[in-house]
Amino acid sequence: MTTTADPVSPRIGQGSAALPDSGGHFGRFGGRFMPEALIAPLDELELAWREAMTDETFIAELDRMLRDYAGVPSLLYDAGRLSTAAGGTRMLLKREDLNHTGAHKVRNVLGQALLTKRMGKTRVIAETGAGQHGVATATACAYLDLDCVVYMGEVDIERQALNVARMRMLGARVVPVNTGSRTLKDAINEALRDWVSNVDDTHYLLGTAAGAHPFPAMVRDFTRAIGDEARAQVLDLTGRLPDAVCACVGGGSNAIGIFTAFVADADVALYGFEAGGEGVATGRHAATITGGDVGVLHGARSYLLQDADGQTVESHSISAGLDYPGVGPEHAWLAESGRATYRPVTDAEAMTAMALLCRTEGIICAIESAHAVAGALDVARELGPDATVLINLSGRGDKDMHTAAEWFDLVDASGEVTYAATAETGAPGADGGAGSTR
Amino acid sequence: MTPVATALASARNDGRAALVGYLPAAYPSVDGSIAAIQAMVEGGCDAIEVGLPYSDPVMDGPTIQRAAERALAGGARTSDTLRVVEAVAATGVPVLVMTYWNPVERYGVERFAADLTAAGGAGLITPDLVPEEAGEWVAAADAHALDKVFLVAPSSTPERIASTAASCRGFVYATSVMGVTGTRDVTSTLAPELVARVRALTDLPVGVGLGVRDGQQAAEVAGFADAVIVGSAFVAQLLDAGADHAAGIEAVRTLTVDLAAGVRSAAGVRAAT
Ligand SMILES: Cc1ncc(COP(=O)(O)O)c(C=O)c1O
Repeated sequence: MTTTADPVSPRIGQGSAALPDSGGHFGRFGGRFMPEALIAPLDELELAWREAMTDETFIAELDRMLRDYAGVPSLLYDAGRLSTAAGGTRMLLKREDLNHTGAHKVRNVLGQALLTKRMGKTRVIAETGAGQHGVATATACAYLDLDCVVYMGEVDIERQALNVARMRMLGARVVPVNTGSRTLKDAINEALRDWVSNVDDTHYLLGTAAGAHPFPAMVRDFTRAIGDEARAQVLDLTGRLPDAVCACVGGGSNAIGIFTAFVADADVALYGFEAGGEGVATGRHAATITGGDVGVLHGARSYLLQDADGQTVESHSISAGLDYPGVGPEHAWLAESGRATYRPVTDAEAMTAMALLCRTEGIICAIESAHAVAGALDVARELGPDATVLINLSGRGDKDMHTAAEWFDLVDASGEVTYAATAETGAPGADGGAGSTR
Repeated sequence: MTPVATALASARNDGRAALVGYLPAAYPSVDGSIAAIQAMVEGGCDAIEVGLPYSDPVMDGPTIQRAAERALAGGARTSDTLRVVEAVAATGVPVLVMTYWNPVERYGVERFAADLTAAGGAGLITPDLVPEEAGEWVAAADAHALDKVFLVAPSSTPERIASTAASCRGFVYATSVMGVTGTRDVTSTLAPELVARVRALTDLPVGVGLGVRDGQQAAEVAGFADAVIVGSAFVAQLLDAGADHAAGIEAVRTLTVDLAAGVRSAAGVRAAT
C-alpha cells in the first residue's frame, strides 16, 4: 500500500534544535577550524541563512520550488514484499529516490541556491565525489541562472564519467582536481581554495551536513523536512511512531534529514549505517565513526580516518557517495551521546540488499541507500515482526548500474548484458565479484 | 620578550623590516630541508617558519601543496618536523612551526608544546585555528612561553582584528590577499590598509605574507610592515631544481640575499613615514 502525498506541506523544517551552540558546537564536535579569511564569509552566510529561515517570502518560494520542481514531499511506501523478506517486520521506505535529480540532495541544493540569490551572489562552486551533488548543484544553477563550477577528483572523473557528462549538459564547468588522493576530500580542499579567492561573488554550496559552522546546521535545516514529512506520514499510515529509523551516512545529510524530527522521540531508535567497504578490520572502509578517531578535517571537529600523525587516510567504499574519510559533527555528537547508533555495512552486504530490494519491490536504489536497507534488515531481525522500521531511501540507482553490472556479473566479456544473473537471492558469489568501481 | 619578538625588535632598531623565510620540513628530505633552511639563515633571514607537511592544506596554493605532498609521500612524520626545528634552532635564529591544526591535536597539544620547546622552537603559526577554538593551545603555549601567531585577513572585522591580536604573542600575521599561498606579480593593494587597521588596534609587530617573490616586492612590503614573510618563492626554488638539490639550495641562498637587500632598501621609506 502506498500513501500518496499527504497533507504535509513541503515546508522546510521549522523550530530550532538546541544544538549547535552559537559557535557551531555539538558537544565537543563541530565548530570552525578555518582560515581567518573565511570567518567573515561564514558569519555572513550564517546571518543570511538565519534571516531567510524567518522570512515568509523565502520560505514560500523554497516550498514552491521543492513542490513544483523537485516533487517534494516524497512518498512514504509500505514495502510489503520487503517486509515479508525481513521476517514480517513492517518496512517503510521514504522515497527520496523519486525526487528530481534522483536523491535527497536536491533539497539542500535548492535551499542553498536560493540563499545564494538572496545574498546577491552570482556564482556557485561545489565539490562532488560520485557526481550526485555536482549534478544536483548544476541542475539548481541552470534552474536559477547561476554560474556553476564543480570540483571533482581525477579518480572520480574517471569512474563517474556519465555524471560528468550530465553536469556539462546542464552547463556546469567541471574542474578536475589532481592533488592529494584526487578524490572527494581533495575536491573539497580545492573548492575551499576557490572560495577564499572569490568569496565576494561566490557561494560554496557544500553537499553534506559537514564542514565549518554554519554548514552542518544549515544543511540540517534544508534536509530535515525528510523526517518531518516521514513522521507525519508514518503516523497517518500506522497510527504510531516507527520503532527504528535507518539511514546511510556519508557526510550525513540524508541521515540528519530524517533523524532530526525523531530525536525528541525517545522510543524511536536511530541507526546510521556507514560504509564498511571490504570490512572495517581490513582498513579499506569509510566507516568514520565506527573505525575512525576524533580529529579536525574540513573545518570541524568530528570523527575521521587518520593515521598516527593526523594525516587524513583515504577511504574505500563501493559507493562513491559514502566514500569520504570524514562525517558531519552532529553525527559524532549523536553517537557519543548515545542517541543514535552507527554501524558499518560492507560492500557485499549493501549489494545483496540492493538486489533484494530490486527483486522484492522493483525498486533500484542507489548503492548508498542500499547500505541503509542492509542495516535495516538486521535491525528488523533484532526487533522482530511486530516492529515498524522506517528507511530513508536516499536515492535511485541509475547512476550505479555500471558498478552493479560488474558486481553481479551482468555483462559478459564482449560487453553484452547477460541474463544469467547470479543467484536468485540476488547474492553474488561469496567473494563478491569484482566489487569495485576503481 | 620571546625570541621572535626580540628578532623583530632588533630589525626595527636597525630601521628596517625583518625577513621571515618559510620552507616545509622534509622536502626533499629531512636533511635536505635542514640544509636549505640553513642557507636561508646564512642569506639573512631574521626568523624561520618550518612548515609541517599536511595531507589537506586548504590555505596553500599548488607550490606548497606539491612540496608537502612529496614530503608525505617520502614518509615525513611529525617527529621529522621537530627534528628540523631542532637543527635550525641550533643556528641561533628563532624558529616557528607553521601547521594546520589536526596534526598537533593528534600528537597531543601539551605534548607538542613540550616537545617543540625541547627542540628549541619558538612557537606556532596556525593558519586554520582561530582563537575561539584555540583554548587548549593557548593554555599550552602560555605554560611553555611559546609564541602564538594567529592570522588576520582583509575580510576580518575590526572586532576580530582586536580580539585576534589580543590572543597573539610574537607578532600578528596579516594575510595580504583573499586567497591561498603562492607568488603574485603585484603585491596586494589590500595589505597596507590591513596593516594600518591592525596597527590601530595593537602594539604587536605585524608580519605580512602571501605573494612576495623578490627583493623589489619585499622592499614594497617592508615599507609598511614589520616583517616580510616569504614562502612559496623559496619552495619554488627547490621544486624547480628538481633532483639537483645543491642547485636548489644555492637558488634559495641567492633569493634570500635579494630579499634581505629588499627589506633593507626600504629603510629610507620607513624613516620617511
Ligand atoms: C543517494 C545518496 N545517498 C546518500 C549519499 C551520502 O551523503 P549524505 O551522507 O550526505 O546523505 C549520497 C552522496 O552522494 C547519495 O548520492
